[in-house]
Amino acid sequence: MKIVIIGNGMVGYKFCEKLVAKMNRTHVNSITVFGEEIRPAYDRVHLSEFFAGKTADDLTMAPKEWYAENNITLHLGDPIQNIDRENKTVHSYHGITIQYDYLIIATGSAAFVPSIPGVEKKGVFIYRTIEDLEMMTDHAKKAKTGAVIGGGLLGLEAAKAMIDLGVTDTHVIEFAQRLMPRQIDDAGSDILQAKLEDLGLKIHTNKNTLEILGGDTISGMLFSDETHINVDMLVISAGIKPRDELAKLSGLETGQRGGIVVNDHMQTNDPFIFAIGECALYKGMIYGLVAPGYEMADVVATKLTGGEKAFTGYDMSTKLKLIGVDVASFGDPFISSDDTKSIVFQDAVKGIYKRINVSQDGKYLLGGILVGDAEEYNMLLQTTKNKVILPPHPEDVILGSRGGSEGADTGAGVLSLPEAAVICSCEGITKGNICEQVIDGAETVDAIKKCTKAGTGCGGCVPMIKDLVLNTLKSQGKYIRNVICEHFNYSRQEIFDLVRIKKLKTYDAVIDEIGKGDGCEVCKPAVASILASLWNDMVLNKGLDTAQDSNDRYLANIQKGGTYSVVPRVAGGEITPDALILIGQVAKKYGLYTKITGGQRIDMFGAHVSDLPDIWQELIEGGMESGHAYGKSLRTVKSCVGSTWCRFGLHDSVSFAVQIENRYKGLRAPHKIKSGVSGCVRECAEAQTKDFGLIATEKGWNLFVCGNGGSKPQHAVLLASDIDEETVIKYIDRFLMFYIRTADPLTRTATWLNKMDGGINYLKNVIINDSLGICEELEQDMQRFLATYTCEWKEVVENPELRKRFTHFVNAPKEKDPTVKFETVRGQKNAADWK
Amino acid sequence: MSKTLTETTTWFLACKTSDVAENLGACVKYKDDQIAIFNFSRRGEWYATQNLCPHRMQMALSRGMIGSTLDNEPKVACPFHKKTFSLVDGHCITDEHECRLKTYPVKVEGDDVFIGISQDDINMDAYGF
Repeated sequence: MKIVIIGNGMVGYKFCEKLVAKMNRTHVNSITVFGEEIRPAYDRVHLSEFFAGKTADDLTMAPKEWYAENNITLHLGDPIQNIDRENKTVHSYHGITIQYDYLIIATGSAAFVPSIPGVEKKGVFIYRTIEDLEMMTDHAKKAKTGAVIGGGLLGLEAAKAMIDLGVTDTHVIEFAQRLMPRQIDDAGSDILQAKLEDLGLKIHTNKNTLEILGGDTISGMLFSDETHINVDMLVISAGIKPRDELAKLSGLETGQRGGIVVNDHMQTNDPFIFAIGECALYKGMIYGLVAPGYEMADVVATKLTGGEKAFTGYDMSTKLKLIGVDVASFGDPFISSDDTKSIVFQDAVKGIYKRINVSQDGKYLLGGILVGDAEEYNMLLQTTKNKVILPPHPEDVILGSRGGSEGADTGAGVLSLPEAAVICSCEGITKGNICEQVIDGAETVDAIKKCTKAGTGCGGCVPMIKDLVLNTLKSQGKYIRNVICEHFNYSRQEIFDLVRIKKLKTYDAVIDEIGKGDGCEVCKPAVASILASLWNDMVLNKGLDTAQDSNDRYLANIQKGGTYSVVPRVAGGEITPDALILIGQVAKKYGLYTKITGGQRIDMFGAHVSDLPDIWQELIEGGMESGHAYGKSLRTVKSCVGSTWCRFGLHDSVSFAVQIENRYKGLRAPHKIKSGVSGCVRECAEAQTKDFGLIATEKGWNLFVCGNGGSKPQHAVLLASDIDEETVIKYIDRFLMFYIRTADPLTRTATWLNKMDGGINYLKNVIINDSLGICEELEQDMQRFLATYTCEWKEVVENPELRKRFTHFVNAPKEKDPTVKFETVRGQKNAADWK
Repeated sequence: MSKTLTETTTWFLACKTSDVAENLGACVKYKDDQIAIFNFSRRGEWYATQNLCPHRMQMALSRGMIGSTLDNEPKVACPFHKKTFSLVDGHCITDEHECRLKTYPVKVEGDDVFIGISQDDINMDAYGF
């Protein structure tokens, strides 16, 4: 059988992929593809990522070699000119004539360009191919102001592309009265519009372009309301029109407004010719999304390889991120009749709009719209598609459990879905598929990803997969424990409680009493941290030293090459000239590289292990102490200069930061803790990116908790507002001790809060309202810690036995590691790069 | 292995037992070479391996945490990236493609700790690190 495919876009490629996977080589003996563009099929959906640095290669669906490997002949830059249906041949632009048994038309669509005078001018573009983008990129270099005609999905993508190209002054012109008229309603559009305007786009709805102004090159646009704007560049993205010209020419039936008419099997009126993707017209409808195109490809590939499958229409539910704003619509987003009711949630402050349409009896979800937050999309879509019965208060499905009250389950969970519910729509994997794999031994999300490919596409279904895995395991009677490692059958919190109750003081005592084996690099530091938090004994004491991770064991941070860095404490970032001079002198004497850290202190790098006690001794003699940069403990409390110098400062943020840093210094925790204190709302100390942070208000302090910078930045959440300093300290004492008691190992406060049932409301209840009745205990724990603080460096300096350990060679204590190598960079030394 | 050991091993005095804290490691200088020695007192055992972690070529294993696997095999974790190696035969437990560590026999006589260097190792010294 000879199969010829006209068109090498996403759907054309997908057809090849599916055909290759399904076919029997003896049956199909030749596959030939003709594409108009010069490159093999690429991901047009993510075209705008081209501007964010992706290359054409990154977007390619499969390289040319893939076609060769699968014996597919690929003719690129060679569109088919006509189809001879009688002789079943096609003729290409470059003069190739080839026979087919079955012909697949996957010519896709072109941009619809309305007939506005001036569209031919330079600087007017369409947004469809990589070549279009390359031309736009060229032109954008000299453009300041841009416009996009079309406020639909593609138009907004094009507007993002303009911003990415540096044309920050960009207008979006929409003919209809709202943005994305096919997907969302007026209220949703208002929220979306406000969000996009915040990002700098100028949105004009109800605007009809009359003329494109300018000489050779565009200079402006005139509208039917007689207004005009000046623009240097215009992208037209007003819709698509199916590429059906070849089909028309060959006498295939096409629709009045374009599109090649197909039946349930995607067959045209010529039974040997199929049409798929955006050029196909099925029951009067063009499916302008990629997912239904893939489904059509599957229908034809199944049919041609002897299977039976029909196209029955496709759910046009969609979720996308437009310039960072989530937009989704599912089921019937607009439905409104006597038989239905809508529940609407609107938050103009955060820019969130959610609408769900439910049946009159409140039992079934019929469709809805999500703008600004589409996290529940997948769940809602499945609830709609599978006619899952809604919880008694249907609003729970978009609002979640509120007020932290228990029992207010979010309702329609993944468990209530039928086996046939599609969990991963990218790969078409059902709940049944996943549960089966779990029972067969794929007991983690990663294992499920590996064996089913579910969750490997957009990733939106991963939380559902996680729930399915956990629940399936539970239903199998498997006890799922959050144990820290193979040596302990307990979670960190359980170990913490056991160590406390049993008053265990050394690592060996802990593992002998409640663990097994000899421990490992996972449980040792976790237990060491618990022992330090509870008893605050010197971490290098016998029985504790063995459990310390390398940095804690040497009270310094190991760096490339095996030398260490030394960070003395500079509480609140306040430092005297004498301390600065001391640091300078020490760094010079021991040949250390110096750098200011992000936490307002000074790091000295390149210290040999045997120099550490000498360095500390000099620092201590000059009045400094350990900064605990090596520990999972309080690092710094960053401060702005506050009311002492700053004309805006409301309170003395430096003094408060110094007080707080000195209070909690040396406190060991599941992970490092950072803090900041800002003297006014300008927030120069970035307190909202810290594990706990304070911002001065007219009446006192606002206390924020669980913020994070790093790889997953997260804003801190307000715990209490306008409180006095005494209350601040009380709440932080409780907060830190509660975190130390309950967090998993190496979990920062942000993640800890994210995983907490009930979230910030629960935490507020524990810390402020003492809902667990443990606040007094937490405060006592903190008091005990405060009473036992010592500078660890000082203990080593003063203890000859400990000091002796700071050598590289046990049998040649005076010799330094001869393999340590440095390079010189900008007049200072750096570690030699490793291999 | 033990047969050839007795035939060709030279024992050198590395340190005193009290030089290496309990359940910790230390680094021993042998000619131009560095050997990590571990006082696994919890098991009543001593181990020695090369000090160089083959992953990033760092002289660091003596500063690593020691422990055991589920099968009770003693191991050490490099402080840099926590690759772990068997103290018995030096193979990498966390990455099958990683190079194996050279291991050395250790014997304790009274307070003295000796590391055994085989003739092969001595020959190898010619190549240095």
